[in-house]
Amino acid sequence: MIKVLHPGFYSTIQDSGRIGFQQYGVPYSGVMDIYSAALANHTLGNKESASVIEMTMTGATLQFYYDTYICISGADMVAKINDTNIMLNKSIKIISGDKLTFGKLKKGFRSYLAVSGGFKTETIMNSQSMYKGITTQSRISKNDELKINTNTYYIDNKHALIKVNNELYFNDKIEVFKGPEFELLSKNQQEFLFQMTFTISKDNNRMAYQLLETLDNSLEPIITSAVLPGTVQLTPSGKLIVLMRDCQTTGGYPRVLQLKESAINILAQKFTGNVINFKLV
Amino acid sequence: MAFNLIYKPFGERAILVEWPAVIDENILKDIVNFKNSIEKNNIKSIIELKPAYNSLLISYHTVCRNFENEVNELKNVYLASGFKDKSKCVLWKIPVCYDIVYGIDLEAISKIKSLSKEEIIKRHFKPIYTVYFIGFLPGFLYLGGLDELLHVPRKSTPRLQIEKGAVAIGGNQTGVYPAESPGGWNIIGNSPIEFFNPNMTPPCFAKAGDKISFKPITIQEFKTIKLLVEGGVYQIESEVLDD
Repeated sequence: MIKVLHPGFYSTIQDSGRIGFQQYGVPYSGVMDIYSAALANHTLGNKESASVIEMTMTGATLQFYYDTYICISGADMVAKINDTNIMLNKSIKIISGDKLTFGKLKKGFRSYLAVSGGFKTETIMNSQSMYKGITTQSRISKNDELKINTNTYYIDNKHALIKVNNELYFNDKIEVFKGPEFELLSKNQQEFLFQMTFTISKDNNRMAYQLLETLDNSLEPIITSAVLPGTVQLTPSGKLIVLMRDCQTTGGYPRVLQLKESAINILAQKFTGNVINFKLV
Repeated sequence: MAFNLIYKPFGERAILVEWPAVIDENILKDIVNFKNSIEKNNIKSIIELKPAYNSLLISYHTVCRNFENEVNELKNVYLASGFKDKSKCVLWKIPVCYDIVYGIDLEAISKIKSLSKEEIIKRHFKPIYTVYFIGFLPGFLYLGGLDELLHVPRKSTPRLQIEKGAVAIGGNQTGVYPAESPGGWNIIGNSPIEFFNPNMTPPCFAKAGDKISFKPITIQEFKTIKLLVEGGVYQIESEVLDD
């Protein structure tokens, strides 16, 4: 088992999420930054959808009682095994008794820990992704004992460090499509969306990122309709809300933009005070 | 009658189909009919369908490379499906305890509307409601058919915690909270039924197009049903309707 000595600020088990249950009001969930989680899994020869630990802002302290391999991708939180720094995006050998710790957040916001074979936790509606009211546990807590799928085939791949797409952290450009209600905006409002630099407010989490700068808004709410992760809603007060992976299935605010899927990954690595610019693709 | 539908791309992997922007039972029937036809056609590239009042979201496994092709395929399915104004649906009879122990806002509504509590309760359990779709929370049914005399605005300050099972009125809508949640609706009772069970397939008993009626029960009956529900042996009363 892997003993959780400290869970970090907010850590959950995530995989590729719950697909096929939107019509029952069940959120997708799943890793916020699909690119980084897939990178960690690929490095270990896991399936892309294998479950990982998503750590937000600060990392967890974990004691391993397995001989296994791990890989950490996404945000750099200065990972250490037994006080020795380890590299990101690289397969790291773990011997039973090893302790994984993290230091200060250096870049990005969400870090992914993959283990060889993936974690073995409760599967509800085809997914291990933790979500309140669906899985028994909504986050990882101190003294949890996590298990690994040990029977999964493992390729001992010693390939070189994978080249990482640093755009994830250093790019303020968020690529978007027009949302279903985009055309209801005035010319001025449309231009404002693409000329303004927007700041991420303190209200940012797995459900949504609110932006600080507001738009003059005269649009009425719409009849409740479908929303998706990456949908940008415009509230009556002119606030923009970018929905993320744990978002509700439907909403009543005009949907003005829709993030490109890769842009959701980029946004997932940003936090309070970071800035973004929307760019139409 | 076939509707003039609008097809819009929604991100890289979804198409939003829109009906006229009104809440109407004929539109609901057409959405459910289209959804069923798409499911019957078993189009491999489609991953899931999500209905709402006047829309259907069609999500694909992979990026839609050619929006026109996908839309043409859907248009053909829609044309072939034809409009059916008759369809079978299930009527679910939901027990609700309207005692003021649970109906904590009955008193206030009674004052606002100048209706007795008994009148409010009667007007709430009398209609047969239509399930338009499920959204907001897992298992939250959007219902149509609330008596106009019972339209009550949402509370200006939402409650931080509304109990699971709370039966409530918000504006021109009524619904049951499937789980504990913050919320601004006015609470008039509580139902001991599970509207969402993550361990069941599917996790909800009702679906878009079904009907719901409420059946008043006493506190004692509430407690008995609650025990049966918790023991997993309660069967919700239902009948198949030719609508």
